[in-house]
Amino acid sequence: MSKNITIVRSTCVPIQIENVDTDQIIPARFLKSTTREGFGKNLFRDWRYYDNDESKPKKEFALNNPTYSGSILVAAKNFGCGSSREHAAWAIKDYGFDVVVSSFFADIFKSNALNNFLLPVRVSEEFLQEIFSAVQLDPSTEVEVNLEEETIRLGASGEKVHFDINPYKKECLLNGYDDIDYLLSIMNEIEQFEYNTR
Amino acid sequence: MAKTLFDKIWDKHVVKQIKGGPSVLYIDKHFIHEVTSPQAFTGLNKRGKKVFRPAQVVATADHNVPTLNQHLPIKEELSRLQVDALKKNCSEHGIELYGLGHPFQGIVHVIGPELGFTQPGMTIVCGDSHTSTHGAFGSIAFGIGTSEVEMALATQCVLQTKPKLMRITIEGELNKGVVSKDIILYIISKISASGATGYFVEYAGSAIRSLSMEARMTVCNMSIEMGARGGLIAPDEKTFEYVNGRLFAPKHEQWEKKVEEWTALYSDADATFDKEININAADIEPMITYGTNPGMGVSVNGNIPSLEQVEENEKNSFKKSLDYMGLQPGSKIKGKEVDYVFIGSCTNSRIEDLRMVASFVKGKRKAENVEVWVVPGSKQVERQAIEEGIDKVFEAAGFQLRQPGCSACLGMNEDKIPAGKYCISTSNRNFEGRQGPNARTFLASPLTAALAAITGTVGDVREFINEY
Repeated sequence: MSKNITIVRSTCVPIQIENVDTDQIIPARFLKSTTREGFGKNLFRDWRYYDNDESKPKKEFALNNPTYSGSILVAAKNFGCGSSREHAAWAIKDYGFDVVVSSFFADIFKSNALNNFLLPVRVSEEFLQEIFSAVQLDPSTEVEVNLEEETIRLGASGEKVHFDINPYKKECLLNGYDDIDYLLSIMNEIEQFEYNTR
Repeated sequence: MAKTLFDKIWDKHVVKQIKGGPSVLYIDKHFIHEVTSPQAFTGLNKRGKKVFRPAQVVATADHNVPTLNQHLPIKEELSRLQVDALKKNCSEHGIELYGLGHPFQGIVHVIGPELGFTQPGMTIVCGDSHTSTHGAFGSIAFGIGTSEVEMALATQCVLQTKPKLMRITIEGELNKGVVSKDIILYIISKISASGATGYFVEYAGSAIRSLSMEARMTVCNMSIEMGARGGLIAPDEKTFEYVNGRLFAPKHEQWEKKVEEWTALYSDADATFDKEININAADIEPMITYGTNPGMGVSVNGNIPSLEQVEENEKNSFKKSLDYMGLQPGSKIKGKEVDYVFIGSCTNSRIEDLRMVASFVKGKRKAENVEVWVVPGSKQVERQAIEEGIDKVFEAAGFQLRQPGCSACLGMNEDKIPAGKYCISTSNRNFEGRQGPNARTFLASPLTAALAAITGTVGDVREFINEY
């Protein structure tokens, strides 16, 4: 799993559905693993296959449509709502996506994504619709996400549009740091806090 | 400076503020279960770390345990492996486990309050989005992902950005037949499944204060279903009375001291919120969902919105949702036949829920074609139900009283609703496939579910009762 993210330039896989919940991203029956790997094959399982059968793909679903490919997933608003299962972020990353673009992310999904070096990029509803239209018209349209600059652009000649990211999280993503290392580095302060508030 | 209830608790738990970043938030209680913890322990072991404060961690097995024959080994191999991994991890790290077979086992959000672990003023996390349940006691409680479970195990802290605050005030008296589940389904239907994203919600007002602790838990439980990180209610005499005497509640002088602290936990009169919503309790009717997110709810007497009533760019998702449900836009939901009734989950599986159902069905018999599962939230709830003779009422009605666990709320165990079937459920999510691949879910209160069990259809409970 690649740790640091800088620039991602890729074609997109569009899922123009709102309120995509984590039960769709990875249904509960696939949460029985005790490792973090291998969830990608069950990503969007019930939207990808009829009767849970891999030999019966739902052809109209974006992940099964050979027209669409790439490492950027584009989804309609309120992506990742519902259960806190980090398996959703693991599944998307494991499938091969590095970026998810939406006009609105559910909170827990967003932090799970960031903790797994999967970059959630929030754009305006208008810009999101522009991406959907452009990709529908020409699936070879590329989107470029530049984390350092905090910009996203549609097509090679598109205007660079700013997106927000917490500066601390940006540092982590650019440098491959993880929150646990950070917390472990301040154990003395945590113990001092416990002592003071006892 | 005037402070909100949330601020008072939050400020006391900030170890450190990272410049331009999140806060390091100290966690008082950390609940874990078999599904979202194994990878956290693996991570911890890889780093060569032990759990920092095992006494502040409480474990149970709930998500994928069977609800029949719990005394036998778990048949499903992967479920058994997860439950075994939890056992091993808890024993290696010195964590108390209320596992399968233990007299305190149950759904994590039912046993926490029941055992007195959950107390006002605390910060509480669990790798489960319905951790918001514990907010009913006036605590900051929220769901976290597995990486954060690992953080909390390793350091008893998580990194959190302070959320915005919303207050939802409900004043007035509730209509008869309207219970706490209807309140929260009504709120979510008004503000949508994403309407509180980025916020922590304080529930206030006379209608909230009038609720019992268990009813308050139902409201806070579903905060996440409108996107909120959590929900909380200022503790009061009812809260103290509920906590007092429970196994892990403070005792003697400690109790006196704690109650004094807890009494200061309320939003100051001039405290400000980022958003305020006011609701008149009299406007709330028994509710039911018709779609595939909890925001898609109406009064049981209402109509499903017509296509014209839906925003242009939401039409696709709306149509997809109703296709899945096999329902027509603009149609009535009352009278719709159901195949299954599920009474359970961290939302509605406590003793008051079971009592409510039992008092309604006593002397009645379930509809012929309906299968009814009642799954108590914990071993203690199960025992209490048996002591009160509720099991006999259910038996006579043709209901199955099963053993504690999350069960058909998410269908991780064998309790799945078959494809295409309709289930009226007291749980919290009506997502596609949530209760089983292609299963169709109507979310409702225990009373509305009990009525459907008897009549076999969605109905208005007010036509059948004179109380509640």
